[in-house]
Amino acid sequence: MAEGTRPILELVGVNKSYGDTQVLTDISFPIRSNEFITLLGPSGCGKTTTLRILAGFERPDSGDVLFEGASLLDVPPFKRRLNTVFQRYALFPHLDVFENVAFGLRLRKTPEAEVKARVAAALKTVDLDGYGKRWVDQLSGGQMQRVAIARAIVNGPEILLLDEPLGALDLKMRKEMQIELKDMQKRLGITFVYVTHDQEEALTMSDTVVVMREGVIQQVGSPTDVYNEPRNAFVADFIGESNILPARMEKDFEIAFAGHRFACVDRRRAEADVDVVVRPEDIVLAPPVEGGLNGVVTSVVFKGVHYEMIVECDGTEWMVHSTDQAAEGDRAALVFGPEDIHVMDRSPFSPDAHGILPADLAGRAARASADEGDPDR
Amino acid sequence: MRLRWLAYPYVLWTVVFTVAPLLLVAWFAFTAVQPDGSSAFTLDGFRSIVAGDRVPLDLLGLQEVFGLTVGVPLYVNVFVKSLQIALLSTLACLLFGYPAAYLLARRRARQRGGTDLLLLLFVIPMWMNALLRTYAWLALLEPNGIVNTVLAAVGLPKGQFLYNDFGIGLGMVYNYLPFMVLPIYSVLVKVDRSLVEAAEDLGADRRRVFTRVVLPLSMPGVMSGVNMVFMPAMTTFLIPNLLGGGRYMLIGNVIERQYMIARDWTTASALSIVLLVFVLASMRFMTRYEKGNEGGGVLL
Ligand SMILES: Nc1ncnc2c1ncn2[C@@H]1O[C@H](COP(=O)(O)OP(=O)(O)OP(=O)(O)O)[C@@H](O)[C@H]1O
Ligand SMILES: [Mg+2]
Repeated sequence: MAEGTRPILELVGVNKSYGDTQVLTDISFPIRSNEFITLLGPSGCGKTTTLRILAGFERPDSGDVLFEGASLLDVPPFKRRLNTVFQRYALFPHLDVFENVAFGLRLRKTPEAEVKARVAAALKTVDLDGYGKRWVDQLSGGQMQRVAIARAIVNGPEILLLDEPLGALDLKMRKEMQIELKDMQKRLGITFVYVTHDQEEALTMSDTVVVMREGVIQQVGSPTDVYNEPRNAFVADFIGESNILPARMEKDFEIAFAGHRFACVDRRRAEADVDVVVRPEDIVLAPPVEGGLNGVVTSVVFKGVHYEMIVECDGTEWMVHSTDQAAEGDRAALVFGPEDIHVMDRSPFSPDAHGILPADLAGRAARASADEGDPDR
Repeated sequence: MRLRWLAYPYVLWTVVFTVAPLLLVAWFAFTAVQPDGSSAFTLDGFRSIVAGDRVPLDLLGLQEVFGLTVGVPLYVNVFVKSLQIALLSTLACLLFGYPAAYLLARRRARQRGGTDLLLLLFVIPMWMNALLRTYAWLALLEPNGIVNTVLAAVGLPKGQFLYNDFGIGLGMVYNYLPFMVLPIYSVLVKVDRSLVEAAEDLGADRRRVFTRVVLPLSMPGVMSGVNMVFMPAMTTFLIPNLLGGGRYMLIGNVIERQYMIARDWTTASALSIVLLVFVLASMRFMTRYEKGNEGGGVLL
């Protein structure tokens, strides 16, 4: 969507380490004007560190940060034309909500009447009108988070950095604020650099998603790109539920995995050994057929809209999402079309013969979801 | 709530060591021993505070302002003088102590954990007996003490560092500085670094980060530092006795003399009560000024 517009900010080959730990490795990506770009990755992958480098609180060991083409490295944070919504809020405890939000305006000697109007409007945006006189220690976590958002947006920055700004909100408020933020971003034409480890949030809100793992960028692309064309098993696994299997591709439009041959829409790659991903919602359960991918349903869980079912075929567990319910113990065939098979290059994250991902990778993904709503750094 | 009995020993403690002595002082203030040995109610103690010889009011060493001299009772003059010295010493402690606390807190933030030698050097004098410290100070500042010897050696005129307002003030600042530094330091080290970053992010340069975030957040420490210095500075008798060479009168050593030398317990107790009420009132005034009084550590 924002393709083609000039980059307003750009990270170029940024490396950062704390002591002996390399936290960011060769991070490069452009941030285009008016774009909603999201850094997505498991806990500890370096999202906050990347934002802190953009905001000027950390200096990269090497590499550069460009603002409209000029290096920002020697510009102190207070001179950078961007504002941050901090992961841990960082509200001023000696000021009430109104003065917290008014902080930036007062620094710029804004006339009192304008301060009043803009603070009131900002508080209204985050659904906190009437809270101006409260002290920040009298707010819930979610309310603090919304004050933090108001304190940043009230200044009308060109670029807004948001570090998991909705982490402390309940699902309903979160959805509302997602819409509100997205709407504001479009209406005011602000460039958003957004951090989350919630892949659904990333997919629904962003123009561009940057998927990171342990300080390394795995893929940069639109939400549809990263979902439909994940570059490797890590991205496929992190962005949504998926069945990832090692596969072999000897020629164009034909691929072998799970002991069967399938037609596909890709051409042969340089390497015959590849990975495939088949999304659970692309699989249909059918009555078992001779020579088909047959298995036994081992688990059925109702997820609200669909059923999440595990089907075991020759020792490999497949996840299937379907609105039609099957019963545990049923025998069924897994059916999917050539266009449902996404081929990826082999990577260090590739699964073994049974589709099991490397322990390290699975562990990280699990940690990421366990950490949700836990606003640590 | 069921552990309420745990508080009883402390209640007992305060009764024995705070309430009872105060009541005794009050008793002495309002009674005088009659020739027959009995005690009788009297207001003479308070009366003698405002009676007595009139002396010119001493304001910061000036006894004449625009050619005008105000005559006040002796005790009132001593009281006003003590107040001036205490306020000036507190102010000096604040002016030296705040930057010191700030620098120490910055060092602390940089080195994370461990003991800061500089902080230790600030605190060590507090572990030493005040008497000892003040004697050491005497040895330094005496007319023929170390400082004057050094001054003379490099050909500078000797200075009079003792037995005057300056000497007493210096002694107080030296003695009480740690009491100013420590509370401010302990508040400053707790100021969240992310608040500083948030202020910078919103466009505050270093000066305004300090004036709008760090300074206001450290006010509870300043308040308790001011109290911790002002109270002893107002009431001390040790410092004027030692550094004043027996000629220098502040309210603290005036009271001490009344008790110990003149043995006029009625007047001494009356003075004590006036002083106590005054100190409590000024603490009250100071703490009310602070919102919520978080972390200040001073009650009332
Ligand atoms: N000041 C620091 N000193 C040492 N290590 C640090 C520091 N800040 C961050 N790290 C480390 O750098 C790595 C990346 O941290 P970062 O805060 O950027 O992660 P994150 O992606 O924001 O994670 P989360 O989703 O949990 O907020 C982590 O391993 C973290 O422990
Ligand atoms: Mg983070």
